[in-house]
Amino acid sequence: MHKESELRPPLILGDKTWHDITEDVCRPVESKANKWWWLAFSVSLAAFLWWVIAVSYTVGTGLGVWGLNKTVGWAWDITNFVWWVGIGHAGTLISAILLLFRQKWRLSINRSAEAMTIFAVICAASFIVSHMGRPWVAYWPLPLPNQFGSLWVNFNSPLVWDVFAISTYFSVSLVFWYSGLIPDFAVIRDRATTKWRKRIYTILSFGWVGTAKNWQRFEEVSLVLAGLSTPLVLSVHSVVSMDFATSVVPGWHTTIFPPYFVAGAIFSGFAMVQTLLIIVRKVLTLEDYITIYHIDMMNRIILITGSIVGVAYLTEFFIAWYSGVEYEQYAFINRATGPYWWAYWSMMTCNVITPQLFWSKKLRESVFATFIISIFVNIGMWFERFVIIVTSLHRDYLPSSWTMYSPTWVEAGIFIGSLGLFFTCFLLFARVFPVIAMSELKTIVKSSSEGAKKKQSQTAKQETHA
Amino acid sequence: MGHHGHIEVTSTQPYNFSSRNRMIAMVMMVIGLVAIIAQFATHHEQTWANLLWNNFIFMGMALGATFFLAVQYVAEVGWSAVIKRPLEAMGQSLPVAGVIMILIIALGGKHLYHWMDGGITDPNAANYDEIIAGKSAYLNPVFFWVRVVLYFAIWTYFARLFRANSLRMDAGEGTPAYIKNRRYAAAFLVLFAITESTMSWDFIMSIETHWYSTLFGWYTFSGFFVTSLAALAFIVTYLKHKGYLPEVSEHHLHDIGKFMFAFSIFWTYLWFAQFMLIWYSNIPEEVTYFMLRQDHYRGIWLAAFFINFIAPFIILMSRDAKRKKYLVMFMSAIIFIGHWLDFYIMVVPGSMVIAGHHAAAHAAEGAAHGGQIFGSIGLMEIGTTIGFIGLFAYITQHFLSKSPLVVKNHPMMEESLHHAI
Repeated sequence: MHKESELRPPLILGDKTWHDITEDVCRPVESKANKWWWLAFSVSLAAFLWWVIAVSYTVGTGLGVWGLNKTVGWAWDITNFVWWVGIGHAGTLISAILLLFRQKWRLSINRSAEAMTIFAVICAASFIVSHMGRPWVAYWPLPLPNQFGSLWVNFNSPLVWDVFAISTYFSVSLVFWYSGLIPDFAVIRDRATTKWRKRIYTILSFGWVGTAKNWQRFEEVSLVLAGLSTPLVLSVHSVVSMDFATSVVPGWHTTIFPPYFVAGAIFSGFAMVQTLLIIVRKVLTLEDYITIYHIDMMNRIILITGSIVGVAYLTEFFIAWYSGVEYEQYAFINRATGPYWWAYWSMMTCNVITPQLFWSKKLRESVFATFIISIFVNIGMWFERFVIIVTSLHRDYLPSSWTMYSPTWVEAGIFIGSLGLFFTCFLLFARVFPVIAMSELKTIVKSSSEGAKKKQSQTAKQETHA
Repeated sequence: MGHHGHIEVTSTQPYNFSSRNRMIAMVMMVIGLVAIIAQFATHHEQTWANLLWNNFIFMGMALGATFFLAVQYVAEVGWSAVIKRPLEAMGQSLPVAGVIMILIIALGGKHLYHWMDGGITDPNAANYDEIIAGKSAYLNPVFFWVRVVLYFAIWTYFARLFRANSLRMDAGEGTPAYIKNRRYAAAFLVLFAITESTMSWDFIMSIETHWYSTLFGWYTFSGFFVTSLAALAFIVTYLKHKGYLPEVSEHHLHDIGKFMFAFSIFWTYLWFAQFMLIWYSNIPEEVTYFMLRQDHYRGIWLAAFFINFIAPFIILMSRDAKRKKYLVMFMSAIIFIGHWLDFYIMVVPGSMVIAGHHAAAHAAEGAAHGGQIFGSIGLMEIGTTIGFIGLFAYITQHFLSKSPLVVKNHPMMEESLHHAI
């Protein structure tokens, strides 16, 4: 048992027993949804329906409905793909890197953050598949022999690296998430009162019985998966950044891209976790588990990664000037003062200025301020990708091909629809899966809960009196 | 679980800086001085580059340790409380590194930095360089010197402040002094984020003035930070070897080993990102940097990559390796050598091009070398490094001998003493 410093606040409020945790976490799964859930679910599903219509129309009619006639026409698809992949970084960072750093506060948030990661990567993949035009041959980017009808892939292309990076990341994240869920599914199975619930959770829990051997293997698997996931958290967005940085396009070709994209991805991922968890903790009454301290810690990560992103923006801008290369200099002046100045300054305001508000402890601990700032960051990170992609492509080396970009209703539909898909998945998750890793959370009740901390300080007082 | 075994801080005494160790450190410094004087006496072209290269590592070890110390406060780290004194002592070399850096650049700047050549920004001069003239709003002597003085003033101020507050903890002001340091550490990290990038451009990137890379600042950071972690590992294992720091267990060594491992991989990641993107795009403005190194320094260039990546990756991968005192000590030396070579690759090739220009301009019989001179690593270079290691060892041991080896009344000390992984 680790001794905890008095400076550390409790991670579970109240004097909770193991049974209390089971009750609190299983309640949403075992009770019926209220009308607010049904309302949110209907809206999300309706939005997702727009996705279905827009994608069907694209596939049926052709990619021309996206207004594609030159490079910048792809802007919407790429922006949204990168935005979603970026959001899909927080979950695995929380469960892998924070596990290696022994951050116990991750235990209340890792489950839902990982779920969010998986849904975000699915949304990102939907942009890849829909932009192919013929999604039934979506396996062509894989290095399959020519008999399958494709040509051997070009391994020099960062787009092929993307296929490997993202599919690996998705698979490992999914396995990591699922293996953590097994003991919790077993708890729901053992408590099940209806026949079908029993049957479904029996299948989902893979015959888990909670023996010492089960747990020993569970811990070994967690550590191995954490080791595998850690480089993946860094590699995915590095590879995505290389889609741009290997080119010779001014504003795209810059060596800082890989680590700066990773920092931005973690930044946006945590913002999305905040947006979701602030609602989840309220709706499912989990405030004792996802405490103000958890929100504060995530805000600190947002502050740090936001500052790293800010330093990267300034570095790029400075080096563009310092390089003495006319095209680089123009690309950056055009970003800040050209026709898309409003996108650039939205990005700067949302990503560089708003997270700096988190220097204030008051704002870090304010649920309302956190929610608003997290939305700002989500918007800012969307604009970051829009700025990078659109401003560099709409005015390239050849002035005769200069043009402006705006999305068609089909493109807008695919984006809104992807938000619908994301929230549909998340709302379903919150109803049928345990949103907190309860079995793992129980391991810190005796060291880090408010009740345990009170007992510890009482014992310490008695010892000094004796 | 539930054991109330009370572990006490036993390192209440300072380190004894023995006369033998003093002598060894001084002999090393004398060797360094002899090597430097010999280089000057023989008009060796590489002298200034050697000094910059070695002093940058010397500075980087102190700066990296101060950064790591600040992170311990800001992230409210528990396990590391028992190794804070070595980190504090390492940071105290910063003012000395600053004085040496200012001397090197004031006396030898023209031999190191292309942009410092007289007349290079003057359109009427014979050696006018339009690209360098375009950078002169940043790269001009006045602004440059203001920056250099500010860097060392800021870093030294914080390195001393962290130590002073830590000594206040010893005096009984535990938690309040800790909280003060946490605030100062946050302020330091903000300033560090800016100064670290700009100083990398100033001291190293501007050697090859035409060349630029946005990643360069962070790449430089990853290099000197892992070097400072290696130095920390060496100091801690040496102190344990001498019977000091019984509080530092194999669990703490394991964590230090993890950091060396992780940041070696991080360095490799940034190395690859910078190299691959420049190689792939193959733009003349950028790719010349690696062509010079591939064509004329291939052995050292590759050795640095393999030593810094493969050696820690294979040897430090296992849990057991990170918990063995002498293996950690051995790996710290390997990592030091690897980054010593990497900083050579960053500093020396570019300054040798400048030395080549100068030699060609001064040569009586015309361009004797065709304007091309290439660096090498020989006895004089190794001697210079030994001198700087001696200096670092002297200063660090001096400060270790001035206060107890473990902080008293540190609010995280119980966590650190009971650290078990």
